[in-house]
Amino acid sequence: MSEADATPLISARDISKSFAGVEVLRGVDLDLMKGEIHALLGENGAGKSTFAKILAGVHLPTRGTLALNGQPVEVTNPVVAQKLGITLIHQEPISFPDLSVAENLVLGRSEDGWFSKVPWAEMTREAHRYMDLLGVHIDVTRPMRGLSIADQQMVEIARALASDSRLIIMDEPTAPLTPREVETLFGIARRLRDEGRTIIFISHRLEEVRALCDRVTIFRDGDKIATDTIGNLSDADIIRLMIGRPLKEYMHKHSATIGDVALEVQGLTLPGVFYDIGFSVRHGEIVGLGGLVGAGRTDVARAIFGVAPAESGTVKVNGKAAEIEKPEDAIALGLAFVPEDRAVAGIFRTLPVEQNITAAIPGKIAPAGIIRRAVEKSLAQDAVKKLRIRLASVKQPIGELSGGNQQKAILARWLLADPSILILDEPTRGIDIGVKAEFYDMIGELAAQGRAILLISSEMPELLALCDRILVMAEGRLTAELSRAEANQEKIMSAAVPRSQRVEEAA
Amino acid sequence: MNALRSILVRRETGIAVMIVLFTVVVSLYKPQFFTLNSLRVILLLTPLVMIAAMGQMLVLVARHVDLSIGSMLGLSAMVTGMMFRDMPGIPWGLGFVVAIGIGALLGLVNGALVTLFRLPAIIVTLGTLNLYRGLTFIVSNARQVDRQFIPSELKAMSQTSPILGIPWIIFMAFAVALATYWFVMHTRVGRQIFALGSNPVAAPLRGIKVTQVTLLVFAISGALSGLAGIMYASRWGFVNPSNTGFGFEFQVIAAVVIGGVSINGGVGSVLGVVLGVLLMGCVAAALPLLGIPGTAQGAIYGAVILVALLIDRSVRQQGIAGLRIARA
Repeated sequence: MSEADATPLISARDISKSFAGVEVLRGVDLDLMKGEIHALLGENGAGKSTFAKILAGVHLPTRGTLALNGQPVEVTNPVVAQKLGITLIHQEPISFPDLSVAENLVLGRSEDGWFSKVPWAEMTREAHRYMDLLGVHIDVTRPMRGLSIADQQMVEIARALASDSRLIIMDEPTAPLTPREVETLFGIARRLRDEGRTIIFISHRLEEVRALCDRVTIFRDGDKIATDTIGNLSDADIIRLMIGRPLKEYMHKHSATIGDVALEVQGLTLPGVFYDIGFSVRHGEIVGLGGLVGAGRTDVARAIFGVAPAESGTVKVNGKAAEIEKPEDAIALGLAFVPEDRAVAGIFRTLPVEQNITAAIPGKIAPAGIIRRAVEKSLAQDAVKKLRIRLASVKQPIGELSGGNQQKAILARWLLADPSILILDEPTRGIDIGVKAEFYDMIGELAAQGRAILLISSEMPELLALCDRILVMAEGRLTAELSRAEANQEKIMSAAVPRSQRVEEAA
Repeated sequence: MNALRSILVRRETGIAVMIVLFTVVVSLYKPQFFTLNSLRVILLLTPLVMIAAMGQMLVLVARHVDLSIGSMLGLSAMVTGMMFRDMPGIPWGLGFVVAIGIGALLGLVNGALVTLFRLPAIIVTLGTLNLYRGLTFIVSNARQVDRQFIPSELKAMSQTSPILGIPWIIFMAFAVALATYWFVMHTRVGRQIFALGSNPVAAPLRGIKVTQVTLLVFAISGALSGLAGIMYASRWGFVNPSNTGFGFEFQVIAAVVIGGVSINGGVGSVLGVVLGVLLMGCVAAALPLLGIPGTAQGAIYGAVILVALLIDRSVRQQGIAGLRIARA
């Protein structure tokens, strides 16, 4: 850290942010010094990205103030942030794919008028200079489309340099990079720090944070928990600070009789996404699949269900080898998959609730190809009653329902198909706590009826409360299998955090 | 090698090759196709389309579409023609100012509806396609402006030539194309149109004034349709409320898309559009020569466009795939 200038580059005071009445960031105070690399750590949804986006003008804080070099500033939008010397580099950089690299570099920087001439030669020369400065070889006259993510990030960093940014925020930049590319990025980050610039580095990988950062700030549930020099904290300390919320006892586990193996997966591999995944789920059993976002959990589920099949490995259903190449195959074998992003993959937003509920069983409601309205309606109404879906009418467009009730309707759809194996991907994401509890009851009940359930969840209390066994994935591989008795938050988290050497004493 | 390869994968090369192939094949059947006279015929078919295509290209690059160009052409031509008829002795050059001005105004209305109400351009301009055509009937009382009212200086632009027997309006069309080239390649706002179409989400984050740029492209499309309108009066010597500009949008959008402008925005070049217009001109000139009856020409015209697009798509996909393998 630079000793000469002790005024923080950025002083954030009492920064708070609410989305639709939900507070996602509460009273964060933080000073960022000149010439430091500062890590922001926390679970998914802890508030670190929201904080970074407030600094970069993407979000406006609901409360709180920012000061730049001791002067109060208002960062009202990304253009203002850029003028103040703050650049946010997204994980997947936002660029103009059809324009050249050089144009992407300078676009939006100039104050010139509409009809001022574009200085192609000068622009290309300048872009070359910044690429040389960064020591990367990218043809600046080629279009942005087709550049690797690593190269796109380099262009973004070059753009930060071109506008002489003092604060460069990198939001999980290393997740899509190869180890070599990460090394290059780190080398550049260190050089920028030594020039006196400030870098915010958001990552889940503790080893990277340790290798690169000077100080670290830990977020949890929208609060800033701690800021310290990285050397003062052990991995175990960091993990404890990240998850330290009190473990709420949600509810008892339904006692289901565990039956035969329903779903068995062996050596499932999709190169670049996940490798050698093997596990089994028995009838009446709830198996959790934990890990951080991006660990490959959803991809495994999609592979099993035939949405994006694996390249190698076997899937057995009820002891028989199953060839699942498309979702229809999976449905025919009695599988159901409730996807994570209901807005994209689940609901038909403008259609009535009843049609959404019966969408997976055309054979039942329309035996001869003609829909029987009465059957459709009674099936939907039964489901609404059973799952306690709150709505005005089954004819209401599903988009008008709350997130939790939409999710229940999707669950109802798959239950009507009476699956024997149910894959739930983050079923309680974004729904409030009361509805969550209902969901937990329902999931337990489904298992008690003898269904095999694979539950993907990023919320550890949810896994601990519901599951008979918990599998943990990190970076595309299974890293732990924990029985209900031995599982706890520390063990899950230490298996979920990608590190080259796992630190067992974290438990 | 790299330079050659980058020329070969360019869209413009593909269209140029198609023009050559088409000319060769038709000339084998009908040698008179390969003469200076038929070149003149082809060129005379193209200036109106070329001028409007420049505006349409900008609109498509910005990830919108303008279906109303034929009606904007008709309305501005009608008002200009009526001005010549009802105010005899008015300087004929004023017609250009009026036609371009009316076109720009109509285009601004399109742009305002698209930006202010966040309506899809395809719906807005489908509406104004009918609205402007209807207005043409209302202002003209459904009456044609006849030949004798169009100033002879204006008509002469389509008949007299400064050089090589090529009429003035063809030079004007190429001048518009050159100006458009300069505009998109060398002005900041020209590049912003490409940026906006390439990533509309990122554009405002980089300080691009999305509303103004959108208004501008629609205004340009309208203004150029207005220019095409007065050139229609010059070329054909009359303005008719139902015929003038009818179906024009089809020819223009077809030429622009064949010319390699992406309907997904962000991609397009003036050279490609010029070649696309010329290819369409070749087809239009060849059909009567090949003895294809007028009743079938529309269908053939449409089929040729589809075939050209299909060939281009498959060649380019294979070409790009080939390059990837070569690089790996």
